[in-house]
Amino acid sequence: MSLILAAESLAEIIRDTLTECESCSVAIAAIIHVALVGAFFGLPAGIFIWAERKVSARIQDRLGPTRVGGRFGWLQSLADGAKLVQKEDLAPAAADKFLFRIAPYIVVIASFAAFMFLPFTDGWSAVSLDVGLFLLFGMLSLEVLGVILAGYASASKWALFGGMREAAQMVSYEIPMSICALVPIVMAGTLNLNEVIHYQSADWIGVIPPFLHWNVFHPVAGPAFVVYFVCATASCKRAPFDLAEAESELVAGFLTEYSGMRWSFFFLAEYASMFLVSAVAAILFLGGWDDGFGIVRSLKGSSTDVLAPSVILGNLIGAAVLMAKASKLVLLQIWVRWTLPRLRIDQVMTTCLKYLLPMACALFLAAVVYPIALLVWTGRPQLLPRLNNEQVKAEVLTSSEVEVKVAAADGEVIQ
Amino acid sequence: MDAVSLNYVLAIGAVLFVCGVICMTTKRNGIGILMGVELVLNGANLNFVAFSRYTSLGLDGQVVSLFVIVLAAAEAAVALAIALNFYNNHLTIDVDRGDELHG
Amino acid sequence: MNVEQLLFALFALLTCAGAISVVICQNVVRMAFSLIVCLASVSALFFLLSADFVGATQLMVYVGGTVVLLIFGVMLTSSSTLLQIRTSPAEGFLAAGIGVLFLAVFSFTAWSVDWDANSDRIARVTAVDVPPQGYNEASSGNTVRPLAMAFVGLRPDKGGNAAGYLLPFEIISVHLLVVLIGAAYLARTKRRVSADTQNK
Repeated sequence: MSLILAAESLAEIIRDTLTECESCSVAIAAIIHVALVGAFFGLPAGIFIWAERKVSARIQDRLGPTRVGGRFGWLQSLADGAKLVQKEDLAPAAADKFLFRIAPYIVVIASFAAFMFLPFTDGWSAVSLDVGLFLLFGMLSLEVLGVILAGYASASKWALFGGMREAAQMVSYEIPMSICALVPIVMAGTLNLNEVIHYQSADWIGVIPPFLHWNVFHPVAGPAFVVYFVCATASCKRAPFDLAEAESELVAGFLTEYSGMRWSFFFLAEYASMFLVSAVAAILFLGGWDDGFGIVRSLKGSSTDVLAPSVILGNLIGAAVLMAKASKLVLLQIWVRWTLPRLRIDQVMTTCLKYLLPMACALFLAAVVYPIALLVWTGRPQLLPRLNNEQVKAEVLTSSEVEVKVAAADGEVIQ
Repeated sequence: MDAVSLNYVLAIGAVLFVCGVICMTTKRNGIGILMGVELVLNGANLNFVAFSRYTSLGLDGQVVSLFVIVLAAAEAAVALAIALNFYNNHLTIDVDRGDELHG
Repeated sequence: MNVEQLLFALFALLTCAGAISVVICQNVVRMAFSLIVCLASVSALFFLLSADFVGATQLMVYVGGTVVLLIFGVMLTSSSTLLQIRTSPAEGFLAAGIGVLFLAVFSFTAWSVDWDANSDRIARVTAVDVPPQGYNEASSGNTVRPLAMAFVGLRPDKGGNAAGYLLPFEIISVHLLVVLIGAAYLARTKRRVSADTQNK
């Protein structure tokens, strides 16, 4: 079954234990995957909505929600949700009703679909493809369609302006963001997100701790992380780049005419994609599920049995580590939002096209040239020594060797 | 081994192509005509990929379809610039109004 | 009916429905929405044909790029919101008739060709050693590496003795750059001229 690639292993387990029917086992495995990914889509979003309220309150010297759910108002998101469900589902009389109703779903589906490709821990991803990151960005770029349609279908000037600004901003910031994401890809030599993490995880070598192998400590990929994160913040339409819904200029931008559940879908998708871009940053630059001290690696060892207790424990720790890293980055985004003032729309576009884009291109070039320069001067393509050289896929070879190795390697790939 | 036969994929490609051609001929909106072009190109693409899957041509079909996608993006950019110019000159996007050269 | 056939039928239906509603709709933004549905379903079909890189490119470039560009065009050129430019019903019927004829011709052609015999002949003529059912076995869809190899001119998937695509790849890169500059220039200068004339 080539269709549901990662559901394959789960489907095999189900077929062996529960049922004989092939289609049924694939369907059950797919449903389990959807439920799990849905949980990862919905729960963090709810938690971060609450966190946003608490953090903003602390920054502004307030208390924030205190009552719902006992202390700290930790059930506030649920209460908000319950309130929003009760509201009437309004659509303006002049609006294109069909597109107006369907636009929030496009945004939510695009954001949700991108979660399929995240490796939550080694081997735990719904879909593990060689085009993983490329497809993830492709899915994420569909979000802008929902926003434009929402802005247009509302038949309101505020919404139209908001949608146009948003589209221009998201499309522009996607370029430097993708180029920066290519820097670790060039280093690891694969688009498969899990293999990028494998490239960053290593064992202790003498006194050198494994976390120094994370891309963020790499002289080229470190700056690329900063540029990526700025662009990711902008592409999630977060402050200081929240021009699309700037309430002092545009009422609420493309959200002006929305209320109740449909409005909350946009909100949910925004927080989910914040988490998503942060998780991608953690995977590409901060070592993903690698804890930095070799704990996960030693727990998992070289065991191939996915159901062995030590492997499961290692995987759970890895998932917790990835969640912690991604949550830290989301908190950073929240912190930035409540600290910096909003830019003007022309400043937003100038920042992207005149500063971030050239920086991203320069970093990409540097990522290509750097290992070659190191090879010439020090004799090996990276600064730190590595024991597990078979995992270093971005080996720099002299041109005569390339063809031979490539042909040999790809013979294996095809078989 | 074929779960779906090649002919069905080709039939979908044909539907896309025909819809695109009709769209190009009947729409008076310049952007609508562009959408027709995109549909035609997608029909062709689907055929290329289907042939690369079902015949012994191998990856060549996929390579060609990638070239088609890139060229379609370039074509859309230029055509859109032309459409904007048309709008600036005629204050409408209705292509039937562009008849100054009509004798 | 297995899962693969079911998914194929679903996305084939969505593709055709999207394409037909692009033709039928009169509102440009509705047309754009139908186009999104159609193109996204085509990319799903690409995945079902185990062409994962082409499918991903379709999503990224077509749905996320070209269609956004088209909707931008709609917004910049519509003088009133929810713009409609109608075609006459007679033209519509004529076009539908011709379309059905076209479709019949294509389907007849496709069904009357013996593809297996053709495939064998191609393999004989090109004398390239490839597996008889094409490159992709049903179980593998990972085409990124072989495609990248083909673009830099190496063809390990065909035993290394087939033609690569290095020159077309370079040409298309330069072409994209030219188009980028050209489109920006076209869209920009004219608007400045018209603004100047309005000021005078």
